[in-house]
Formats: sequence, C-alpha cells, structure tokens
Amino acid sequence: MSDLHMSSAKVVLVGNPNVGKSVVFNALTGAYTTVSNYPGTSVEVSHGHCNLSDRRYEILDTPGMYSMMPITEEERVARRILLTEDPHAVVHVIDARNIERMLPMTLQLIEAGLPVILVINILDEAERLGMQLDLNLLQENLGIPVIGAVMKRKVGLDELRQAITTYASVPYKPFVYALDLEQDIEKIIQSIHGEYRLSRRAMSLLIMQKDDDIQDLAVEKESESDYRELLETTREISFRRRADLHLQISLERRKVCKQMLDGVVTQTLAEKEPFSEKLSSWMMNPVTGAPILMLVVYFGLYKFVGGFGAGTLVDFLEGKIFENYINPPVVNFFETYLSTEWLFELIAGEYGVWTLGIRYAVALVLPIVGTFFLVFSLLEDTGYFPRLALLVDRLFKRIGLSGRAVIPIVLGFGCDTMATLVTRTLETKRERIIATMLLALAIPCSAQLGVILGLLSSSPDALFVWTVFLIMCFLLIGFLAAKVLPGESPVFYMEIPPLRFPQLRNVLVKTLTRMQSYFVEILPLFLVASVVLWAGKMTGTLQNVIGVFSPIVTAIGLPVEVTTAFVFGFFRRDFGAAGLYDLQSSGVLNVAQLTVAAVTLTLFVPCVAQFLVMLKERGVKVSVIIFVFVTVLAFSSGWFLNKFLLATGFLA
Amino acid sequence: MERLSEKAEEILESLWVMTVEGDNVGCLLTSLNVDRNSEELIELIQRSYVEIRGDRVCLRKEGRSEAQMTVRRHRLAERLTMDILGIAGDEGNEQACEFEHLLRQGVDVKLCTLLNHPTTCPHGNPIPPGECCIEARQQGASGIVALTELKSGESGEIAYIAASDDKKMQKLMSMGVLPGSELILVQKFPSYIFKVGHSQFAVDDMLAREIHIRPLV
Repeated sequence: MSDLHMSSAKVVLVGNPNVGKSVVFNALTGAYTTVSNYPGTSVEVSHGHCNLSDRRYEILDTPGMYSMMPITEEERVARRILLTEDPHAVVHVIDARNIERMLPMTLQLIEAGLPVILVINILDEAERLGMQLDLNLLQENLGIPVIGAVMKRKVGLDELRQAITTYASVPYKPFVYALDLEQDIEKIIQSIHGEYRLSRRAMSLLIMQKDDDIQDLAVEKESESDYRELLETTREISFRRRADLHLQISLERRKVCKQMLDGVVTQTLAEKEPFSEKLSSWMMNPVTGAPILMLVVYFGLYKFVGGFGAGTLVDFLEGKIFENYINPPVVNFFETYLSTEWLFELIAGEYGVWTLGIRYAVALVLPIVGTFFLVFSLLEDTGYFPRLALLVDRLFKRIGLSGRAVIPIVLGFGCDTMATLVTRTLETKRERIIATMLLALAIPCSAQLGVILGLLSSSPDALFVWTVFLIMCFLLIGFLAAKVLPGESPVFYMEIPPLRFPQLRNVLVKTLTRMQSYFVEILPLFLVASVVLWAGKMTGTLQNVIGVFSPIVTAIGLPVEVTTAFVFGFFRRDFGAAGLYDLQSSGVLNVAQLTVAAVTLTLFVPCVAQFLVMLKERGVKVSVIIFVFVTVLAFSSGWFLNKFLLATGFLA
Repeated sequence: MERLSEKAEEILESLWVMTVEGDNVGCLLTSLNVDRNSEELIELIQRSYVEIRGDRVCLRKEGRSEAQMTVRRHRLAERLTMDILGIAGDEGNEQACEFEHLLRQGVDVKLCTLLNHPTTCPHGNPIPPGECCIEARQQGASGIVALTELKSGESGEIAYIAASDDKKMQKLMSMGVLPGSELILVQKFPSYIFKVGHSQFAVDDMLAREIHIRPLV
C-alpha cells in the first residue's frame, strides 16, 4: 500500500434496496455523478469519484442485492461487478432496523475475501423503534470496520471517509458452520484449482448451490479434467443435500449472525406508531388505497403533467420562446443559406429535421415527458409503487401479469418506448410479452395523452367514451392473452420498504437520468423519422401509403384526411394525435368521428421508436405478431365503436 | 372379524356418497354395477351393513360407521396423492383409489395427523372426522397452518416454507423469511402483507399458501 497509485482506486457500494446506498453515494461523490446502464442490460449503475487524502477514488453504486446468489437481473449485475472489479474497498450499507436479516450478506462478503466496510445506516429510525446498538462490539466480532451512520444528515460520513483511506486488508477470520457442511465445503475447495476474485470458500458454497454464472466461470478457469472432477464432486454433494441445502446454509448463516449480534442489539419499548406507518396502511388498504390512487392520478398526472407540463410549460416554450425568439432567426438563417429547395425542406420544411425533430422534441415533448418523469421519480422515491403493486396484483393476475408489472405500465404513460425496455425486470417471458403488447396497444404515452386530452376536453362525453373503451380494451385483451399464451401465471412477492419523505437530490438525479436517456436513445429516432417522412413527401411515397390506408379509414366512418394522421402516428404517436387536432380545428371532424379517431389512434401501432425497441427486446417474430394484431384490433375497434355510436346516437 | 374386500369397500363408499351426502334413497343395483348374488354384496349383507329392497341397495344403521370410515380413507388418500405427491387429475384419482385400501390399522391416523387433520378433500367434499381429529380439536392444538389461515393481526413462528420453486424460496430466504422467524400478518386483502422483524413483505395467495406458520397461542 506504500506506493502511490496513479489510477484511481475503486470503492464499490453494495446492499439491499432501500437502505440509503444512493444517499451514501451522493454524500461521498458530491456533484460528480454519471448514471449509466450496465452493458447489455437496462440496469443502472452510477459512477462518481471523490478525492480523499490526495488520492482519487472511483465510487460505484450497484443495484440492490439481497445475497451473493443473484436471482434477478439487478442482483446479477451487482454481483458481476464484485466478480470482475478489483475494489480497494467494498462498502456494505445496511438498514440498522433490519440488521438481523441483512447481516448474513455481510458475512457472505467477508467470506468471499472482499475488503468489506460495514455501514449501519438509518440509526436514528432504529433508535426511534427502541433499538440500541453496540457497534464497537460488533466491529470486534466481525473483524472489519463498522460505522454507524445517518447518511441523509451526513452523520458517519467522516468516519467512512477515514475508513476508506486507511483501509488495510487483514485476513478474515472464517465463520464456522455445522461440521457436515464444513466437510462438503472443504471437499469442493480441494477440487478448485483456478484463480478467482472471490475466495475459494465462497466459490465452493456458490458452486454447491448450483449458481449458473459461477459454473460458467469455472468452465472458463478450470482445465477440462479439473472441471470434470469438480462437477462430479459437486453433483454428489448437491444430490445428497437436495432437500434443504439452501435452507441449511441460510440457517447456518443466521446462527453465525445471532452470535455476532449477541449483546450488540438491545431492544426497548418502541414509541407509538409514526404517521408514515398510518399513511402506509391507508395506501395498502383497498378502501382507502383506491381514493389515494385517484388523488395521485388527478394531481400528479392530470394537474401537474397535463395542466402544468402540457399546458403552461408547452405554451411558454413553444408559444413564447420558440415562436418569438428561436424559430424566426433559425428559419431565416436556413432560408438565406439553403437555396436548394429539397435541402431547405429537409432541414426546416414542414417535416424537416429542425421543425419536426428538434423543435418538437424540445418545445413539446420535453416539458411533458420531463414533468412526467419528475412525478414518477418522486413517487418512486417515496416507496409508493410497491404499495400500488400489491393493491393491483389480484387484478393484474387476471391479465396474466403480476403486481410488479405496474412499474412498466405506469412508466408507459410517460414513454412507452422506455417502458418496453423496463419490461425486462419482469420475471417470466410470458409476462414480458403480455406487458409489451399491452403497452403497444392500450397505454398512450404522455405526449399522445397530452394532445388527446386537449383534443377531447371540449366534450366530456367523448373523453368518457375514450377512457372507458381503452380500459375495457386493456383488460379484455390482457384477459384473453392470459388465456391464450402458454406458461404458468406469475407469482407475486415484494418487499414493502418503509414510506419516506422523498430526497430532493435523488428525485432530481433520477428525473434527469431518465430525461437524458430519453434524449440520447429516442431523439435520434425522431430525427430518423423526420428524414423518412421528408423522403416520403419528396418522392411521393407518402401519398401512396396514404392511398393504401384511406379505404380502411373511410370504412370506419372517418373522412379521408384522417389517414395522414394515422400514417404519421406510426412515426410519432403524438404527431398523429396532433394531426387530428388540426383537422378538428378546421371542422372536418364531428364529435363522434373525433372519438373514433382518437380511440383508433391510441390503440394503433406503437411509434417507430417503440417498435424498434420491441424488435430488440422481444425478437422479430413476437414483435411482428404484436404489430399485426394491434393494427387489426385498432381498426376493428374503430369500426365497432363507429357502428355503436351511430346505432345508439350517443355523441351525435 | 376379517377385513372387507376392496370391492365391498367401494360399494360402501358409493352408498355413503349417494345416500348420506346425497338425497337418494338407496342405490339401484344397476348404478352400482353389481350383481345381486355377487360375493361382495353377500359379504356386506352377512355383516348386516346393507340390505336389498327391491332393486335397490340400502345402507343400514349398522354399516354407517364402516362406510363413513371408508369414505374418510378415500379422501385422505386423495389429499396424499394430490397435495403431497403432486399427482393431479385422473391419475391422482386412480392412485388415490389404490392407496385408500392400504390405509388401515392406524395408518390412516398417522396420515391424518401428518396432513394436520384436513376437513375437506381436494374436490371440496368433507372428510368425516376420525378419533384423532376429534382429539386434536379437544386439545386445541392449532398445529401448523398455512399463512392464509391466519387472521389479520395474528402472529406466529415460520415453521417451514414449502415453495414449489427453488428460486422463489431462495428469494424469500434471502429477504429474511426463514423458519424460526416470528411473523405478524398485517393484512389479507388484496395481497397478504406480513412483517418479519422491522420489514414488511407482500405476497400473493399462491405464495402465502406455501409459508407455514406455527401460530402463537
């Protein structure tokens, strides 16, 4: 440790979800944060750095993990970091209130030979619950630095900084499990010959538990004959222990934890139930939970995103800033310097890159999507979504999803493309397909929602028909999909973290990260779309496509002009709706036609960006089937609704 | 007395189901698919368990308890094959029919205790209580029950987790839901919400059925 490293040393933060890891991360790194998706996944890993005693440290904030044996994608990413990086220190952050159930992972980290620092966070809440912790004793028992902290108030931050700079790896003292288990661990250790980041003892336990990634790693690192021997030893042990291996290991670890915690925790009588507990139980009770959901939708979505984002902000950006200050000089500039007509059209014409791409994205979509992401991140940070998930689980089971799927579905109201990416977090392929299809079909994104709400707001009846029809479509198609698609129905289980007051910084970082990825990943597709539209217009292909579609549009009782809106709808969901807006203003559509058009357009195929993500995530076959199905269903629903409205005279 | 033949047991079973649980007065010989002079019927008549009136077989008072126990054994066997051995459908029914005849000489009591004195068969029909069930009820031993049987606010110790899926079981264990932990059921609808230590978890009824609790009295 004597020589000065020029490269920065890595410090990896690990721990369960909701223990304040990101708070520790923010406290350590200050303002320098970049959040990036882990290669090949949609799981986010934050990177930052800090300077302590003239040395530069790179800090990595990993996704939440419950144990060294990963089950979900997030956990796998977190563990892969531990398997591949060579950290100077691994900071395990745990929630003091749940020390007993989180300490087993500390044991696993120590056992793996990693340089662990244990941060026991949220001490203040634990004290409020009547818990007293003797951390000196725990430090002695574990043989690693233990720091008590209330990170959101920076309590314990200096101690952590110091622990990082002065960290000296000492050989850990192994915890001893039951004799029979120890013998089997030793047997496997004897057959491991390769070099690994984790200790052989940890490898042995993971191999015994048939961890797929670890087995792959062993294939890579062991010679063929060694691997065969290892496999044979393991096979015998796994078979002998098939009934309760995982359970025994968990129980053994817990036993060790009990010893470690002996005399560390003293529990006295707790104070009375805090308000947050009450609020939490109201959210989880269907009788009070439903009205709370209504309030969230009304104030969060309708008032804030719809009213403030799509109304005030868009008016300001589009109407004031762009209209008066930015657009005239830009168009002027291009008019002066781009004399060629096609080039001018490409850049600043009706479907130009500037007009349809950038101006649209910044002035129209950004405020809507941005305010949506803000609300979403705020709700996410308070811990509302798990409570919503358990509330809707029963209903979602009917449509082949579990309560977990609320997160991608709710996100879909912001941006369906991003939501389609997030469907990865669902556990079964069947769930992912159903969620992807429902997102493509019945969930309007915020941009589209904004325009459609504006469109239909003049007629409450039309808005009512649109809402009811879409909800019915969502449930009916989900219900049928659950019947038709093979596979088991999902199982729902979720930890419900305590409700907490949202942390401003967390919310802002999450919002900005989402907006950033929206821009990086989706804006380019908008630009491509505008080029395609331009090319279509210039070559006349667009007219041909519109020509093909127009008989279908007429068949569902709409004027021919609407076809353009539909074709545009594929390139940009909201742009299709905006097309309807113009038609309504010019009086081409009556209320019934407008409703039919709005419903059909909402159901109609996803935008081009969403379709590309579908292709990437679900493969060509599934995506094309969904595409065709959604298109057919959208127009037949339109046809049906038109006949229904004509027959009943409703909205006439 | 010698044991009844398997065929005779089948007749008693049908009679119980149709005349005691159903509202038929006796059973047609043809619907039982037995001959008036068949061995098994004569066996039952000799013990005065049944009598023949016209073309119908009727269960006599003397045969009631034997019939009841036969039905009990059949339904316990169904619980065994379907719940524990996981054999579903026709296959399960067939196997149960084979098993029931083996459940004698106290084996039924042991099975019933193992299954924690179930009151209904997998089809929802009642299992007539045996002496062991009545005894258990008198002692008030609540035994081990699934989480679904607890009322909101009740608590108990996690006895075992019978998760059908290894990964799910690991997940529960890594979240601290381990045998020996104390659990408080907070809410049952729309999802099961329970507390272990200072943490809360939500599970659906499928998983709740797999978490087994020893209630605290």
